[in-house]
Amino acid sequence: MPTPKIDPVTLAVIQASLQQICDEMDLTFSRAAFSPVIAEANDRSDGIYAAEDGALIAQGAQGLPVFVGVMQFSTQSLIARIAAGITAAPEPGDIYIVNDPYLGGTHLMDVRFVLPYFRNNRLAFWLSNTGHWPDTGGAVPGGFSASAISAEQEGLRLPPVKLFKRGEMDREIWDIIRSNIRVSDQRIGDVKAQASALLVGAERLTMLLDRYSDATVAQAIAEIRKRASQQMCKLITLIPEGRHVSRAFIDSDGVVNEPLTIALSVERKGDRLHFDFAGSSPPCMGPMNSVRATTLSSVYLAIRHIFPEVPLSAGAFEPLIVENIAGTFLDAAYPRPVSGCAAEVSQRIAEAVFAALVTALPDRVTASPAGTSGNFGLGGHDPLKGRDYVMYQISGGGYGGNADHDGLSNGCSTIGISKAPPVEIMEQNFPVLYHRYALHEGSGGAGQHRGGFGLDYEIELLRGNARASFVMDHGRTGPQGALGGQDGAVNRVEVTRKGVTSVPEHLSKAQDIALTPGDRVRVRTPGGGGYGPPDQRDKALIEEDLRLGRYSAEASNRLFRA
Amino acid sequence: MSLIAGVDVGGTFTDLVILDPATGGLKMAKVPTTLPNQAGGVLAAFAAAEVNLADIALIVHGTTTTTNAVLERNLCKTGLITTQGFRDVLELGRRTRPQAYGMKGQFRPVIPRDLRLEVPERMDALGNIVTHLDEPALTQAVSQLRDQGCESLVIHFLHAYANPSHELRAEEIARQLWPNDHITLGHALLSESREFERGVTAAVNAAVQPLLQRYISRLAHDLRDQGYPGSLLVMNGNGGMVSAEKVAREAVKTVMSGPASGVMAALATGRRAGMPNLLTYDMGGTSTDVAMIREGRAPVSNEIEVEHAMPIHVPMVDVRTVGAGGGSIARIDAGGMLRVGPESAGSYPGPVCYGRGGTLVTISDANLILGRLPAARFGVTAEAARQAMQDQIAMPLGLSIEQAAEAVIRIANTHMAGAIRMVSLSLGADPRDFALFAFGGAGPLHAVALAQELAVPRVLVPARPGLTNALGCVVADLRHDFVRTLNQPLDLADIARVHSMLSAQEAEGRAMIAAEQVQVASIEAEYTADMQFIGQTHVLRIRLPNTSPSREDLQTLFEAAYFARFRVDLPSIRANLVNLCVSVIGRRPEPDLGQLIPISGRSETLLPRETRPVWFNGWVQTPVYWRDHMPLSATLSGPAIIEQMDTTVLIDPGCHASTDHDGNLIIEVPHANT
Repeated sequence: MPTPKIDPVTLAVIQASLQQICDEMDLTFSRAAFSPVIAEANDRSDGIYAAEDGALIAQGAQGLPVFVGVMQFSTQSLIARIAAGITAAPEPGDIYIVNDPYLGGTHLMDVRFVLPYFRNNRLAFWLSNTGHWPDTGGAVPGGFSASAISAEQEGLRLPPVKLFKRGEMDREIWDIIRSNIRVSDQRIGDVKAQASALLVGAERLTMLLDRYSDATVAQAIAEIRKRASQQMCKLITLIPEGRHVSRAFIDSDGVVNEPLTIALSVERKGDRLHFDFAGSSPPCMGPMNSVRATTLSSVYLAIRHIFPEVPLSAGAFEPLIVENIAGTFLDAAYPRPVSGCAAEVSQRIAEAVFAALVTALPDRVTASPAGTSGNFGLGGHDPLKGRDYVMYQISGGGYGGNADHDGLSNGCSTIGISKAPPVEIMEQNFPVLYHRYALHEGSGGAGQHRGGFGLDYEIELLRGNARASFVMDHGRTGPQGALGGQDGAVNRVEVTRKGVTSVPEHLSKAQDIALTPGDRVRVRTPGGGGYGPPDQRDKALIEEDLRLGRYSAEASNRLFRA
Repeated sequence: MSLIAGVDVGGTFTDLVILDPATGGLKMAKVPTTLPNQAGGVLAAFAAAEVNLADIALIVHGTTTTTNAVLERNLCKTGLITTQGFRDVLELGRRTRPQAYGMKGQFRPVIPRDLRLEVPERMDALGNIVTHLDEPALTQAVSQLRDQGCESLVIHFLHAYANPSHELRAEEIARQLWPNDHITLGHALLSESREFERGVTAAVNAAVQPLLQRYISRLAHDLRDQGYPGSLLVMNGNGGMVSAEKVAREAVKTVMSGPASGVMAALATGRRAGMPNLLTYDMGGTSTDVAMIREGRAPVSNEIEVEHAMPIHVPMVDVRTVGAGGGSIARIDAGGMLRVGPESAGSYPGPVCYGRGGTLVTISDANLILGRLPAARFGVTAEAARQAMQDQIAMPLGLSIEQAAEAVIRIANTHMAGAIRMVSLSLGADPRDFALFAFGGAGPLHAVALAQELAVPRVLVPARPGLTNALGCVVADLRHDFVRTLNQPLDLADIARVHSMLSAQEAEGRAMIAAEQVQVASIEAEYTADMQFIGQTHVLRIRLPNTSPSREDLQTLFEAAYFARFRVDLPSIRANLVNLCVSVIGRRPEPDLGQLIPISGRSETLLPRETRPVWFNGWVQTPVYWRDHMPLSATLSGPAIIEQMDTTVLIDPGCHASTDHDGNLIIEVPHANT
């Protein structure tokens, strides 16, 4: 019997309600979490997935962008393992935990929970969330080991196992996890917050199904998926037919000091968009590999930055076809180390997508943004407080100029939405003194609309010995200009030890540089790429930048004088 | 005579409510707002109300002067002097972007880079001096900013919350050089860490201070000229009021003045109606303000961001704004889905039915088409609205015009309900425990549908929905909020010191209220603590019974509140005591609000003034009542429409409405699930 067509109003109401459920899960998770990465930086995401194939139904609007596609793949991988009899079948009240990067994940620190949602004794949906735990074991606190050469050095790897069985937490599994991670006493708070978010989602989903009936909601979901796909197809046809090529480079893998290449050719065929990565570098020795789920998700989030109006649904991704990643560092297999995939490689993939499409979609796409999370880790012992510490300074950079205006200064990473910590809070918590937290003058790539400016900060170690590590990028080449605009300034790290200043061998990546009190670290983050020819820039804007000291007179003349 | 006047200046209208506390008698006026000098409208309102200013004992004023200045960046030229190395803090922000998706967007700092100067000086996080203040450099910087034509000055040093001595010394020096009083110190408004938030708060204060001072002193002068003998008080964003002489010093606190007075009116109305739990819902032309009143208390937050990267961290009533109003535009997106907002036709050109050249169909047009707004008020443009609905929505979706209009409203309601639900959830409450307090021009039209969507059991429409903010000025209390940061594990906190801090804050507040020339019935204090589990960053605000809770009281209260909010218990983890807060409230004598709708105009029996077809899944002949003529105690069942000067109330079929002693309309909304 053919089902009657769902009316457009009920459809829109159910779509808004599904979105609302995910937003509520996001909010509950952040508010109850302990990990500052989740609570403050919103490094987490919550969504609803189809029972049969794990397809994305809805996802929270304030979830971390890089998780936009990942949880769909991790749910699909769970379904496949259950079907194959490797993982135990779901029962009501269960919640699985998994962080295996190679089973539809990112890096080990991103821990996924999956709740099978039952209705009338039948599996009806999966609810899933991901949260970045501050530590999952491994060689270095926090998991970002710039010189790891295998997954074991990066932390504890969990295949999908039931952490909650029929509503009760499995104390034995929790004991195993707890014994393998740092600062474990607070993690029980994150575990409960993460589970509580899923339970809130389940409760609200029940209300929705009770109100509109299971059949109507199912029909709406199918329709939303179809329409998201249609909408994406329609937008894709804005792109001229033909091949749009680009390249993006990662400074090094942290172990071998050679650049890695992302070679991308985007081709529109009808209303499909093909992303061909043939010619990209092979898997690397250090942790700058990506896994398949992260690579696909990076393409999706780049497209979402370009077409933000398409609702988050599996349908939105159907017309996006990623090809030829097998055999490259963008589809690494166990035991390749992958800690850099979520924060850095993902942003280079997005940059390749932007650079390929900016000529085709000049009104929508910007010149390249800084595109690094700027992770500077400092670990040591503070003799004044009598305790060990691990400090993370993340930072922003300039965004690309675009058709409408100059790029934003000190914007968040492409794949994130988190705030950087205040200097005062850092100085309260760690034995450091900032000498400068300033605009990286001259860093915006010249253009008709110039790139935004990066950040220029300098930190002095005050007490005790410490070790510094850097996982950044764009130290060799700056973010790409577009349509005649110039590249933004490169990322520059300088370490001054006992009065002698040096630059790390790998420019943007280094591990365990020993510091003593009085030593300093200065970081200047990249500016955004410029957009359009610099000689077309409005004279008044050139004057304003000069008056505000954003460029020196010499630089202004050199960059903008026709 | 001892009349009390509340006057609220909004974007379009200036509203006045005058209460005679002795008799409960009321006078009201609504006149156009005058710009740029709002004082003209204020005086015109008093003229329209036909009162003699000499008979008025107290005027309380809600103003949007600072709100508009901030949102339109119509700020005074302001200079900043800060710690060497940190002048760009105000421009760099916290590395955010305006939207999660889309790499465009811009940010304009409150003070431009050439007016931000640095001087050598430095404190560490404990307040120890690292570098002494370079006084010659400071003198030079102050002179430079003065010579550049700055009208206002901010001195903002790193870690001044821990040790303000450099800021205080710098102020001493600057006072000798600066041509006026407009000097703001970073630590003075907000003595908390976070240099960007503290700096922006101080910068906004400085940049609006001269504007507010000029406006208020001119208004006070004009009122005196017209014979007003009393004092002028101004509404602050925390829902309390402060005297005109003092208000400019902390001008930033008036940024949410208007919305705060609306919440104060809701609070007083709800208290008298026996409804201490309210979701306030103020729907205007372009946006909707939502706030939550729990147990008769207004929610006050000191972490409000008025727009992207514009944090103003002083205590303000927590009002959240949703981008949906009567002017929100409906359209079909590329995927063929119906969307409503956030784009708005505003009040100009406005909805199609306004006949001011608007061509895009809006929520107001949908209401008109469905018979919910009186077509007579719009004339020929009602037909234009139908045509626009036909072309833009009905035809593409294959619906009738009425079905399309209904769809627009349902979608708008879903979004507004979602926003209200997020507000209540983020504050840790279930909307089902509340009544919806609907005001603003469009609020009462949508309130019943929203209540149904939210499973809120009843709606309260006050007697004068369009004068709510002015009424708030009449009924508001005096209020002072204090926050002291401890940030210590509870087990290490000096409990005696906790008790003495709470007592000291209370004493200071009581003294401040006693110093005002305003009659109060009683002074009350509320004590709260912001707490978290050790290791967390978000805090939960806990109410304390008195100024002397024991250590275990604090832990227990916190755990109970945490469980209620998240259903999570963590017996192995102890609490952290972050902030101690005291609000001291000078309660004004409760006014009699029984004559907001004059008794004289009331009828003996309930009679509709007309019957017209209104769409509820089909056309239904619906009685239309004129609110001012309804009997004192009336009951009726939906479908019904109640019209009044400033709004229209829609009562859906199946709902029952009654009126109370203050003229409030209380609508019981049935729910399938409850």
